[in-house]
Amino acid sequence: MKELMEHMGIEPGRLQFSWISSAESTKFVDVVKDVTEKVKALGPNKNFVKEAS
Amino acid sequence: MEAYTEKIREISERLLKDGTVEAVIGYRKGSVENSNEPCIVRSSEKINDLVWDSNCRINLANYLTNRKDKVAIIAKGCDSRNINTQIIENKIKRDQLFIIGVPCSGMTKKEDSSDLQENCKVCHHKNPVVYDELVAAEVEETKVDRYEDVKKIEAMGVEEKWEFFKDLLEPCTRCYACKNACPLCYCPTCFVDESKPQWVGKGMDPIDVRTYHFLRAYHCAGRCTDCGACESACPQGINMRHFTKKLEKECFDQFAWEAGLNSEERPPLDTFKLDDPQTFIK
Repeated sequence: MKELMEHMGIEPGRLQFSWISSAESTKFVDVVKDVTEKVKALGPNKNFVKEAS
Repeated sequence: MEAYTEKIREISERLLKDGTVEAVIGYRKGSVENSNEPCIVRSSEKINDLVWDSNCRINLANYLTNRKDKVAIIAKGCDSRNINTQIIENKIKRDQLFIIGVPCSGMTKKEDSSDLQENCKVCHHKNPVVYDELVAAEVEETKVDRYEDVKKIEAMGVEEKWEFFKDLLEPCTRCYACKNACPLCYCPTCFVDESKPQWVGKGMDPIDVRTYHFLRAYHCAGRCTDCGACESACPQGINMRHFTKKLEKECFDQFAWEAGLNSEERPPLDTFKLDDPQTFIK
């Protein structure tokens, strides 16, 4: 999934996958922090946005 | 090529006469120049309709889905791999088929009969991987770098990639010839036609067009044999193989997988193995 999305011009880091068990609260927090950081660094998404018609 | 046609007719006539099969799926001359069309021959009077030349671009495995009768089918390397895929996916049974294998030296471009199609130039499976009878001796397989075009795109920058695919799909009218020609696209209702829920907009918005193309490619991941039927069917000359081929490369790199080489092993995205690469997930 990730490979083709990035192949056609989605910035690396915008699309992320993880699998977290309901018992892994600390992992959840870490992942959320990490994702937020990476996406903030990339800024607002410009691709895959439909213009209002 | 003439000899191929003769041999195909000879085998087909024998199979129809002795009742081995009820029909033969093959090619006949098309109504426009440099194009053969699929045809189903049911009686020996029509045997001479069958032809073989370098215009047999369509993948005949497309006509096997959910058949109930016993048929013979003419198969190039790519068709034979798609026949295997149809067998794996329970769309047809092997004992319903008599496969007439055709060692293939490649199909030519419809606009230039002196040049091979791009997918045929990098083909690694010219000979059928499964057959009941061959029409001629096997041809020599070539080994070239299949993924030169994919690597070229991989080397581009993020914006450049986005623009590349934007330009690629610009002429698309969403006629769906690509998915209709594809032997993998057999869903009774395609996701583009669903209305509850509507997965993708039906108009010509470039984002919807792109969504159609990349999602179609995902549905073909690990199943596509790069037969080139989609590209050859496209009236706008779009090379949508840029999508499917990237996934083909990923399947090869990550799972050492080539689609349809046998009729037992299910494609990697359809199975789970403990040693599957998991670098994409945290």
